[in-house]
Amino acid sequence: MKEILELLEFDARLTANEIAVMLNMDLAEVRRSIKELEDNKTILKYITLVNWEKVGEEKVSAFIEVRTTPQRDVGFDAVAERIYRFPEVRSVRLMSGVYDLAVFIEGRTMKEVSHFVSTKLATIEGVVSTTTHFVLKTYKQDGVILDDAEEDRRLVISP
Amino acid sequence: MTTNWQEMLNPRVRNMPPSGIRRFFDLVTETKGVISLGVGEPDFVTPWHIREACIYSLEKGFTMYTSNLGLLELREAIARDLAGSYGVKYDPRSQILITVGVSEALDLAFRALVCPGDEVLIPEPSYVSYAPGVILAGGTPVMMPTTMENNFQLTARQVEAAITPETKALLLCYPNNPTGAVMGREELLKISEVARARNLIVISDEIYDKLTYIGEHTCLAALPEMRERTVLLNGFSKAYAMTGWRVGYAAGNPDFIEAMTKIHQYSMLCAPITAQMAALEALKNGAGGMQRMAQQYNRRRHLVMQSFKDMGLPCFEPGGAFYAFPQVSITGLKSEAFAEELLKEEQVAVVPGNAFGPSGDDFVRISYAASVDDLGEAFRRMARFVRRRGVKGRAGSHVIPLAAVK
Repeated sequence: MKEILELLEFDARLTANEIAVMLNMDLAEVRRSIKELEDNKTILKYITLVNWEKVGEEKVSAFIEVRTTPQRDVGFDAVAERIYRFPEVRSVRLMSGVYDLAVFIEGRTMKEVSHFVSTKLATIEGVVSTTTHFVLKTYKQDGVILDDAEEDRRLVISP
Repeated sequence: MTTNWQEMLNPRVRNMPPSGIRRFFDLVTETKGVISLGVGEPDFVTPWHIREACIYSLEKGFTMYTSNLGLLELREAIARDLAGSYGVKYDPRSQILITVGVSEALDLAFRALVCPGDEVLIPEPSYVSYAPGVILAGGTPVMMPTTMENNFQLTARQVEAAITPETKALLLCYPNNPTGAVMGREELLKISEVARARNLIVISDEIYDKLTYIGEHTCLAALPEMRERTVLLNGFSKAYAMTGWRVGYAAGNPDFIEAMTKIHQYSMLCAPITAQMAALEALKNGAGGMQRMAQQYNRRRHLVMQSFKDMGLPCFEPGGAFYAFPQVSITGLKSEAFAEELLKEEQVAVVPGNAFGPSGDDFVRISYAASVDDLGEAFRRMARFVRRRGVKGRAGSHVIPLAAVK
């Protein structure tokens, strides 16, 4: 089960047949496992990691430190939900340290992102303060180096 | 008067045929759009923590000679690794020598051991440098052909039959390049009994030990009473993807290590310190990365076996290294013709099996140290090629289940 997930996490396009061969498992069993993992939301989604710069797409992203006031019974969860429901928000994580929520936002322009922060995010009840850091350059994302200069330099034949 | 260099050459060198791989290498280099499954090294680059440690060592000024034996800290780490993995204990101060890859260790072992007329038993097919190494040292290699029917394993009976009064040593190389064969503990025990009974030194090249997928690797030196008569050779090239660093080692009897060190100190002096520092980092923190690489090879191994099954090429299941050794004679072609025509028609490079000895002439070596992507495309092409030569693939199979794989 874990090995199936590892393979799919690395390459979501692998077919059940290929996975079965690689893991030396029964095809029907692999299919059943994947179905089960999808049904119980262990596998949430199959997505593609895109380098948008390559197609000239300008995107602005920002990482925002959010301090909040935790609420009785629900702690940080209620305010986190208010934030993560916005489609502009790419990720939300509860952090240890000097702030509470690490929020990652994507927009088309700096203005759009700032506008979202000042009118939507900062005004949510329970949000005490925000600190916005705009991203200047992404080197690596989800374990993938965006411009990897390492290539296969081995001799074509060796003993 | 011009000098006739051919006449001047040492006849041992003059008469030695160049490696069969060389000629084929030129052929591959001249061909465009080649996918190569002919590479005898990992497709992974050395893990970053190892490279980073090497950079740090340079920054700190580690650019000097080390002792002839190599850095003591590295020898201690190797001793711990061998004790931990196989329960064999070596004194890092007198029983371990760091060499420039296993290649140098082999050469040192042959030169320290072999006298003119001495015979060294070598399984075949096997790595290209064993027999020439023995010849250069003045000895006579005696090849022991292994067969697909016997899973390319050596038998104690074969060893026994090959022994003459001149036999001094037995070379073992499992997991094997090019066949991927591994040896079970039971047969190794029998072979070790023969070695003891006939007073043979065993040179055991275990460079692929960590890449064992079926059963557990048996370290020859860990067998009863074998540590004393075994020269254990290993290194970092395959398991840690460190081929170009050129760092290996020999472990064995202190007198013999001392003898090897003598040759080493007058020829190599020491292995490069930069590579030794990197090797040390590999042993300290490289286990996880190494296991992940091994796991990937194993998954590809399954794919490769399935692909051969689908295309109808007989291939025994390799238990180690990252090679498969399919039998291609079913196409009506011998190894070289198969490799050349496959290259010409489908631009896939494999190594002709006869490069590893005449007993490999019905086979080719394919390396699955290649991306799953390349493996998929290469096998699709190879399937087309063998189909044109009348090989019937499995009915209803896709031939290659990898079509969509990146």
